[in-house]
Amino acid sequence: MKAVAKAVRAVRPIRVKRAFGAVVEGEALVSTEGFSPRYDLDRWSGLISRPGHALEGHNIKDKILITPSAKGGIAAGWAFYDIQHKGIAPKAFVFGVTNPVMVQGAVFAGITITEGWSRSPYDHIRTGDLVRVDPKNKTLTLVSRKKSA
Amino acid sequence: MGAQKRAIGTGNFSLERAAKLGAKCARPTTTNARCVDFAYVDQLQQNPDEVRKEKELIASLRQMDVITADTCINYQTLYQPHLGEHVAWGDTGTVIYANSVFGARSNFEAGPAALAAGITGRVPAYGFHLDVHRRGSFRVNLKADLNDLADWGAVGKLVGSAHQDYYAVPVFSGQTFGAKRRRPSADELKHLGAALASYGSMAMFHMVGVTPEATTLKAAFGGNKSQEIMTITNRDIERVYAGYDTQKNPLNLVVFSGPQQSLFEIKLLADLLRGRKVKAGSQLFVTTSNGVKSAARELGYLQAIEQSGATVLEGVCFYILQNLPQMRVREGWSNLVTNSAKLANIIGAHKFNTILRRTADCIEIACTGRDVK
Repeated sequence: MKAVAKAVRAVRPIRVKRAFGAVVEGEALVSTEGFSPRYDLDRWSGLISRPGHALEGHNIKDKILITPSAKGGIAAGWAFYDIQHKGIAPKAFVFGVTNPVMVQGAVFAGITITEGWSRSPYDHIRTGDLVRVDPKNKTLTLVSRKKSA
Repeated sequence: MGAQKRAIGTGNFSLERAAKLGAKCARPTTTNARCVDFAYVDQLQQNPDEVRKEKELIASLRQMDVITADTCINYQTLYQPHLGEHVAWGDTGTVIYANSVFGARSNFEAGPAALAAGITGRVPAYGFHLDVHRRGSFRVNLKADLNDLADWGAVGKLVGSAHQDYYAVPVFSGQTFGAKRRRPSADELKHLGAALASYGSMAMFHMVGVTPEATTLKAAFGGNKSQEIMTITNRDIERVYAGYDTQKNPLNLVVFSGPQQSLFEIKLLADLLRGRKVKAGSQLFVTTSNGVKSAARELGYLQAIEQSGATVLEGVCFYILQNLPQMRVREGWSNLVTNSAKLANIIGAHKFNTILRRTADCIEIACTGRDVK
């Protein structure tokens, strides 16, 4: 446990470039592939349903979704609002690069969203880790490592 | 301007309430494709409750002075903005067409933002409204023949997949429209743009000697240095087609949609289908706007398509059809064959295995059930 705590302390927060929304803390869901709620998501269950997607079979509900890019597309504006009201939205979207529709959609739905990072989160954060997104201070912080089963 | 209202889904935001409060669009506003063609609700076994909601939505929008044309090809059928005109458009294919082919200025605007722009007559000054973001960022040398709409979509797939960035602006040049002076048609540019926007989340491209802000290569880059030069050959295009696999499942669904078909595309489909029959057990869907379908009826194209057994839907896009996941299971669809690279990309969430093929090959597959390679 000591070693784990040390490892967590050693990870400085990642700076995000732009951010909006409330401070949220949750389990990271880390994708090497871009994301669109229209192209990739089953909007009734929250499962990533697109065959072959890097996160196929994972559920985004209450997660901090870390993804390199936004895919598509315009319909996300309503789609985020829709999944928020169905109770299957993630707590935050952490994008490498995104587009205005994702931002509009997230703001409209009240979901925290960030774009850009000072260094790659892929070296530090893994799916299942507990992370915190702080839009005001523009930080993405590793809170604790995933507890091994 | 284009507001879209497709698949709003659940939520507390109420267009009905906005309409009752007297909100009116101060600028001409049209709607994007919807989820239901009311004439086909029974045939497609769509949910009556959702159909009712769609009707209510249309009524609210009309109350707000929105023109509910329900088309994603407004740029071909309804309104062609001029160079430098600021618009607030939605749909993956329309924004890139407005910016690139017309030299108008728009960002990707989601439904609520587009509607707000329609009501206020204002858009925030950011992104592609500003000169700085409209300059080319990398060059694409086209060395492919590109004789089919699907070939242009394949270019969009190759370029978009490799550059998933809203602010990446490809500059197309090369022999395709150099020595041979090959001029792409509006439909070809439409498929290119829709695929770039879909695979790359891009909102603008230049084509030297073709698009208005790219009179020369230098003008297209506007002082930017090209970050790279990408070359696309016939072999690259063939590789795209070879990348799709039937997974040994039947080829029983062919779709021409995403974007809706223009009258020219409808005529082409009519010419290819005249006197032929869609294979028993297979289905062929075409989506277009009410305006194009009405014209196609007058011209006899619609009859030629429908007599083959195909279904022509108006005002919708295939991938947002209400109840599509249920339809897929009920009809035993696994593969979806299309000439639209965009559609091949976007329908994955519904668990279709998509296959991009050239237009005539799609028709062949619809009529025989056999892949054409």
